[in-house]
Amino acid sequence: MSQYRIEVRVKPRPGLLDPQGKAIHHSLNSLGWEGVNDVSVGKAIYIDIDADSVDAALETVEVMCRKLLANPVTEDFEVSVIDETEQTSS
Amino acid sequence: MKVAVITFPGSNCDYDLFKAAQQVGGDAKFIWHRERGLENYDAVLLPGGFSYGDYLRAGAIARMSPIMEDVIAFAKTGRPVLGICNGFQILCESGLLPGALMHNISLKFESKDVMLRVDRTDTMFTKDYKTGQVLRIPIAHGEGNYGADNETLKALEDQGRVVFRYVDRDGELSDEANPNGSWNNIAGITNATGNVLGMMPHPERAMEKLLGSTDGLALFTSMVGSMQPS
Repeated sequence: MSQYRIEVRVKPRPGLLDPQGKAIHHSLNSLGWEGVNDVSVGKAIYIDIDADSVDAALETVEVMCRKLLANPVTEDFEVSVIDETEQTSS
Repeated sequence: MKVAVITFPGSNCDYDLFKAAQQVGGDAKFIWHRERGLENYDAVLLPGGFSYGDYLRAGAIARMSPIMEDVIAFAKTGRPVLGICNGFQILCESGLLPGALMHNISLKFESKDVMLRVDRTDTMFTKDYKTGQVLRIPIAHGEGNYGADNETLKALEDQGRVVFRYVDRDGELSDEANPNGSWNNIAGITNATGNVLGMMPHPERAMEKLLGSTDGLALFTSMVGSMQPS
């Protein structure tokens, strides 16, 4: 059993209105960055979870995404492992 | 007529809704989100506000509350469930209504009176209105931009489940009259069986002449008039 730190990235679905991204895009343009073609804003959620394997940890977190962390109507999600700590059993 | 007003941490229109239900003769009770049991009620109301501070997404945490299981079971019995503002967001998150409420296209929190057109008067929430009637009702939300996938939107229109739309004073659809960017100016929809209504505007704030409008009153008289005593 290890503890995994999983990063969940929740992003607005392509083509859907992303007003926050749009506002930041405008601000970047007005600060002088003219080559900025698109900005979108999502969120990152970090979950520390005990699991028997990387695959098991990712699978569990994907279920969490479908059930709670992302809204399938408006958002896509990606999950990845960013850290693993082995637990020494006593 | 027993009416349950569900209160979540962060609800702030619960007293308005309670008062509105009483005003039309309902025997209103507050139900805390951790309580269980709605079998003995005739209608369930989900109030506006900012349940759980809108953390994660508006309504996303509230729909995990213990009482929501009972709200879903209650809705299946065909009795009326009304969600206003945050209540509408919770109904979408819980799957009782399709689609989602996204950030307003303006990026602003919109708090003002809007004009609504009643497109369906054959529902248990609108039978005391006239078809095409234009109402003046307040809104107060940051995430009221209704959208869904194309298939869902087509089904809503084909099945006549859009009950209220944002319009101008003459009852015409326009972008200017749409305060949040909702697709097809949608302000309120029902589920397929017509007993669950979600809407962003606040009819419970349009119940007294002194406060500017009584156009919300007929929604509550319609609902009470449709209820079967338990």
